[in-house]
Amino acid sequence: MHSQVRLTAVVLIVLAAGFTTGASRVRAAEDPRVITITAKRFEFSPKEITLTLGETVKLQLTSEDVTHGFFMMPLGIDEEIVPGKTTEVVVTPRTAGRYTTICDHFCGAGHGSMKMTIIVEQGVPAGGAGH
Amino acid sequence: MDRRKFLKVSSVSLGAGALYTMAPLLTGNAEGAELARLLGGQNGERPAPFRMFQLSDTHVGWDGALGTTAFERAVDVVNGLAPAPDLVLFTGDLTHDTEKPGEHADRMRRFQEIAGRLKVPKVYQVPGEHDAGLDGGELYRNVFGPTFYSFDHKGFHFIALDNVSRARPEVGPEQRAWLAKDLARFPRSAPIVVFTHRPLFDLRPDWEWFTRDGDEVMNLLAPYENVTILYGHIHREHERTIGNARLFAARSLCFAFPDPQGVADKKAIPFDKAEPFKNLGIRQVQASPGRKGATVDVTEVSLDARELSGTEGFNQLLKNPSL
Repeated sequence: MHSQVRLTAVVLIVLAAGFTTGASRVRAAEDPRVITITAKRFEFSPKEITLTLGETVKLQLTSEDVTHGFFMMPLGIDEEIVPGKTTEVVVTPRTAGRYTTICDHFCGAGHGSMKMTIIVEQGVPAGGAGH
Repeated sequence: MDRRKFLKVSSVSLGAGALYTMAPLLTGNAEGAELARLLGGQNGERPAPFRMFQLSDTHVGWDGALGTTAFERAVDVVNGLAPAPDLVLFTGDLTHDTEKPGEHADRMRRFQEIAGRLKVPKVYQVPGEHDAGLDGGELYRNVFGPTFYSFDHKGFHFIALDNVSRARPEVGPEQRAWLAKDLARFPRSAPIVVFTHRPLFDLRPDWEWFTRDGDEVMNLLAPYENVTILYGHIHREHERTIGNARLFAARSLCFAFPDPQGVADKKAIPFDKAEPFKNLGIRQVQASPGRKGATVDVTEVSLDARELSGTEGFNQLLKNPSL
């Protein structure tokens, strides 16, 4: 009897864990990882971010001073960052590599050096199965 | 006859700037006569061969070792040519931007003072992003006039395009509409020269060496059989052919950038006291008039300052900025 109760409890726990994991998987697919990027004359912060191939992420872009551009042709990123509002970009990189993102909205004498690096790596997306 | 047979490219150390020799349509057929009438209608000039120079990226006000020395030397070299060229075109970044009140206007006036020494009949310019990118070109227009326009000279139609005033690298829909209307006046055989600041193609987008609507501009030019595009911005020579258009970049008159092929970072080539004008200057073209159509030939012209090389030479250079 006690062993049946224990077995049933184990089964229920395992099933509960499975449902929980399944629910987590659903939440992970609906809510992409958010990365905040700030622009100011003449730099982006952070200077470098790492994405995973095939992982959908949401970049939240803000400016601390003037309008900046956020441009990277290989990943199809082409945005303007206007001060006072947050610009959101959803990206799913399909090709691994190191990519330079530049400000392409002229912002002053240091504009030409305003850039950041986006690294796209092979790997298992965050929030994978069984965790 | 293959127009390219007339192209001779050579490097000649004469001085500074890119020398272009233009030979317009010399045929006697009906289309040539109509084209001559159209292009000569505005100013009465008849098609005739002529030479011109392109100078670029003088960045007056930029805090570099040479200051305006290379620019002033370029002016002296052009003035020393005989016969004098008909035209000088400046392809942008005439000045280096500053936000100190009144300073940018002073730099524009300093540019005009140096350029004003040129002993050529006509001088034209377009802005670069350092001239017009921060204020939409307002100060530039007050000092120099329109940022885009066209004119005719001895059988060639010149078009100045502005791909900097919208802050982003683009010409924009209003200016493209103006360009379409301007081009529509001419037959496809009309020789066209476009001068602008940024490359109209994707030379190196991650270095901002491109124009966002460059393809649309090139599509407007595509039907025309003889198009030469002159630009600056990249601070080095470059040459490309796209359809009927040949695109030439000029060197700068302040500092150089590296070859975009296989180099990760856009870092200015360091100044070399031993060779103060190394990598500065532009190409010269040797021209040959043809009866089958207008020809435009471009040749490299570098700043030659052998007598000013080395530490002593460089010191002399700085003592005499008007050399």
